[in-house]
Amino acid sequence: MATEMEAAQGADAAAHGGEAGGLVFHPMDQFIVKPLFGHGEVGLFTITNVTLWMLIAILGIVAMMVLGTSRRAVIPSRAQSVAELVYGFIYKMVEDVTGKEGLRYFPYIITLFLFIVFANFLGLIPMSFTVTSHFAVTVVLALAVFVGVTALGFIKNGKSFLSLFWVSSAPLALRPILAVIEVISYFVRPVSHSIRLAGNLMAGHAVIKVFAGFAALAVVSPLSIVAITAMYGLEVMVALIQAYVFTILTCVYLKDALHPHH
Amino acid sequence: MATETTGHEAAGACVDAGGSAIGMPQLCADWIPNQVFWLIITLVVIYFVLSRIALPRIASVLAERQGAITNDISAAEELKRQAEEAETAYQKALADARAEAQAIGEKTRTEIKAQLDEATQEADARIAAKAAESEKAIAEIRDSAAQNVEIVAKETAEAILAALGHQADKSAIDSAVDNRLKG
Repeated sequence: MATEMEAAQGADAAAHGGEAGGLVFHPMDQFIVKPLFGHGEVGLFTITNVTLWMLIAILGIVAMMVLGTSRRAVIPSRAQSVAELVYGFIYKMVEDVTGKEGLRYFPYIITLFLFIVFANFLGLIPMSFTVTSHFAVTVVLALAVFVGVTALGFIKNGKSFLSLFWVSSAPLALRPILAVIEVISYFVRPVSHSIRLAGNLMAGHAVIKVFAGFAALAVVSPLSIVAITAMYGLEVMVALIQAYVFTILTCVYLKDALHPHH
Repeated sequence: MATETTGHEAAGACVDAGGSAIGMPQLCADWIPNQVFWLIITLVVIYFVLSRIALPRIASVLAERQGAITNDISAAEELKRQAEEAETAYQKALADARAEAQAIGEKTRTEIKAQLDEATQEADARIAAKAAESEKAIAEIRDSAAQNVEIVAKETAEAILAALGHQADKSAIDSAVDNRLKG
């Protein structure tokens, strides 16, 4: 509790400071992981705000995908059509990108998509915590895809999976160079995959916080409120688009594992 | 101040005494195990909820709907086929009726024509008979009229001569009149 009180005092001080002319911003404070109960160290099993917002994401997914479809109606209710829409959207994406054999992995891919979508949108609720804005989370997601897809590529294709790096359509002299480039780009995949998602969300949320800090100045507060509104609209788009991008890249990587030949 | 010390200790390496973040919270190594742990729990829960409950349910609903749509389409096609059959039968009946009506009309027309021809022939025959009869009568009348004219002419000539005081020979008069009539 003490930390919170201090945080409130700090915010007050910042607000007063703002009126005095010296604006104080804490745009990164929203990303702090803190225990929900008490204020000890954040250990492995500590119930933190991360736990809370992931739990809310689970509840949201259950509400949408399970409760929404509980009537199993042939003529769907609104909630059921939303669930069916998401199902159809991801199903078609997996089928279009990876082909029929990729549909075995559809449950994994829709799990990733729904988790990211819910985490992103829940993060847009004021005072909430955005779990997907942390590299710890997105790196695990991206590494799971990377390790899974690489393992799958070797299991499905054996050594011929390495032909992914051997561009047979290029002139023979260029192939070793291209192979080096291909290997590097392959290992950069999880990095870009994870940083893209967390970076986008972190940047957007931080920018909103910075504009919110400016709102303490009476002169610029209307402008800053307009800017917050505009950024919020952009963030709504980013929340969906980044989830979509993460999912479709997962499908593309999966396709490479299933059909490694150029 | 005691609380502040506790707060400071609780904050650790990534949060300062004021409760604000030091640097990027994303890079705070202290919190990573906790986040990864809860993330894995969350993903496993979501995966099992989706793959055991939600996805099979939605798949079955979609399949059922697809089945219902396919059934409805085939039923609609069946009904359409029946309607087309009924229309064909109706058209056939209509054509038959029309052909029959035409045949009856044709037959009646032929019968009437035959009757008409017969009646015409009969009438023609009668007219011809009547005409021949009339011609005969007219010829008779003409002949008798010519004789009468001769007689009258002769008598008149005789009378005129008598009136003029000539006693003429009857045969001379006759021949003269005959000559004139011929000439």
